[in-house]
Amino acid sequence: MTPTESRAMGARVIPSVVRPTYRAQHVLERNWIASGAFWKVMIAGFFEPVFYLLAIGVGLGAMIGDITLADGTSVPYAAFVAPGMLAASAMNAAVMESTFNVFFKFKYGRVYQAMLATPIGAGDIAVGEIGWSLFRGFVYSATFLAVMGVMGLTESWWAIGALLGTTLIGLAFGAVGMAAVTFMRSWQDFDLITFVTLPLFLFSATFYPIEVYPPWLQTVATFSPLYHGAELVRGFALGRFDPSMLTNALVLASMATVGAIIAVRRLGRLLLS
Amino acid sequence: MGEPLVEARNLTKRFGTFTAVDSVDFTIERGEVFGFLGPNGAGKSSTMRMIGATSPITEGQLKVFGLDPNADGREIRARLGVVPQEDMLDEELTVTDNLTIYGRYFSLPRSVIKPRVDELLEFAQLTEKRDAKVEALSGGMKRRLTIARALISNPELVILDEPTTGLDPQARHVLWDRLYRLKQRGATLIITTHYMDEAEQLCDRLVVMDGGRIAAEGSPAELIDRHATPEVLEVRLDVDDHAGREADFAGIGSRTEVLADRILLYVEHADEALQEVRAKGIIPAATVKRRAGLEDVFLHLTGRTLVD
Repeated sequence: MTPTESRAMGARVIPSVVRPTYRAQHVLERNWIASGAFWKVMIAGFFEPVFYLLAIGVGLGAMIGDITLADGTSVPYAAFVAPGMLAASAMNAAVMESTFNVFFKFKYGRVYQAMLATPIGAGDIAVGEIGWSLFRGFVYSATFLAVMGVMGLTESWWAIGALLGTTLIGLAFGAVGMAAVTFMRSWQDFDLITFVTLPLFLFSATFYPIEVYPPWLQTVATFSPLYHGAELVRGFALGRFDPSMLTNALVLASMATVGAIIAVRRLGRLLLS
Repeated sequence: MGEPLVEARNLTKRFGTFTAVDSVDFTIERGEVFGFLGPNGAGKSSTMRMIGATSPITEGQLKVFGLDPNADGREIRARLGVVPQEDMLDEELTVTDNLTIYGRYFSLPRSVIKPRVDELLEFAQLTEKRDAKVEALSGGMKRRLTIARALISNPELVILDEPTTGLDPQARHVLWDRLYRLKQRGATLIITTHYMDEAEQLCDRLVVMDGGRIAAEGSPAELIDRHATPEVLEVRLDVDDHAGREADFAGIGSRTEVLADRILLYVEHADEALQEVRAKGIIPAATVKRRAGLEDVFLHLTGRTLVD
């Protein structure tokens, strides 16, 4: 093979270094071992929803009473706000795991550089880390949902479907978070993450239906991915299904796809220089 | 002899406009310990990373196990053991878990990994530390663990980037002993170093690298034979600067090198040379008689000392 041929071939196949090859499970395995005491994770996952539901659902709910939904029916405020909290907590967990933890491993732990000396590729790392953040998020959400069930804030067994919503939220925010972290240079850049997630948390139909907004602001709110997540989770939790939930799911799935593509590409370029 | 394990032709690595490795050629055979000797920034680590298929080749050709790293990086990495310059150990895990999970990265079943971990802990003299967290280990222990980790997959080729840099003399000797044992077992090793004693002790063959290029190639003995005399007489004079004083030593030995703090005379016999120096009426403040080493080879080839 002439050098020119080898170069041309190289140019064509470098992306294969980045392509995931069913080794991502070893990245998950590594994180499982590193997490050590899993009960710590479980406890954090248990208390967070209990605190939220007690403070906002029960406390605030007592003063607000029932709340009227878009379809004209009404539900107790606690039952309305709980799915919103669940969606927000799924977002926060995914963002934390895919940004802070990944940045630490990338910059300080150099865990990824060590992995790349083995048959594991950058794509496996991206898929593995997003998978891990999904797994943790799933455990959190399932605990949250169980607490909601115990507190009588779910309407039927359909509520279990809410985990589909939280998984999509985890996938979307995990992938975009990971893509974002490849652009981060220092811990200061993390302020930007709060700057983005806080308004999402506050204004995405988490605490109140967006119908209270004037129409133009309602349109703005639909650009929030968490709005779509909250709608999806709430639909299942309250057992009130609407065709728009398909759109909600589609928005989150698209966001996950775009984020994952960027994350895999950028990670490959950063790690293999 | 079969196909060479590693073969480089006009191998080049550029980062932007900076050329780290400038069109180098070398061949590494199965079963030998091959060294890259050179100062920091000579291009040793860049070369290693290209061999390790973690850094794309800019130009030229490189074959590792007969495969192209740009195309078959994963297959190459599956057969390699890598000891990077910074240990890159997993600080969140214990010693044993570091070895186990690294084996899993190669998709080895746990039943295969388990006995190997015990064996490697023994080899690395870390059995007593098996449940310790990595961050609690000393520098030498971390280095030995990194080497043990690189061996978990039974690699055909082990590449070690500056294996003893930053270690105290005692820890270095323990490490050399371990590497020597690997060599006895018939492993193929590639080592980069800026320590000439390390290269002399461990390498069957080496290249001297400087500024991204290969300045010379051969066994340590060949290189010393070719680029230096058997012995060296180091003379320190009672002056601030030794520059220009080499003229005083004309006619002694085959070559002189002037360093800031001393003059090196390349001679057949250092004892005789010292007598000749005294016969010229020069009274040195201090002298050292020694055998020539790779440091002298490097000085001769580049005009600079290896370790400042």
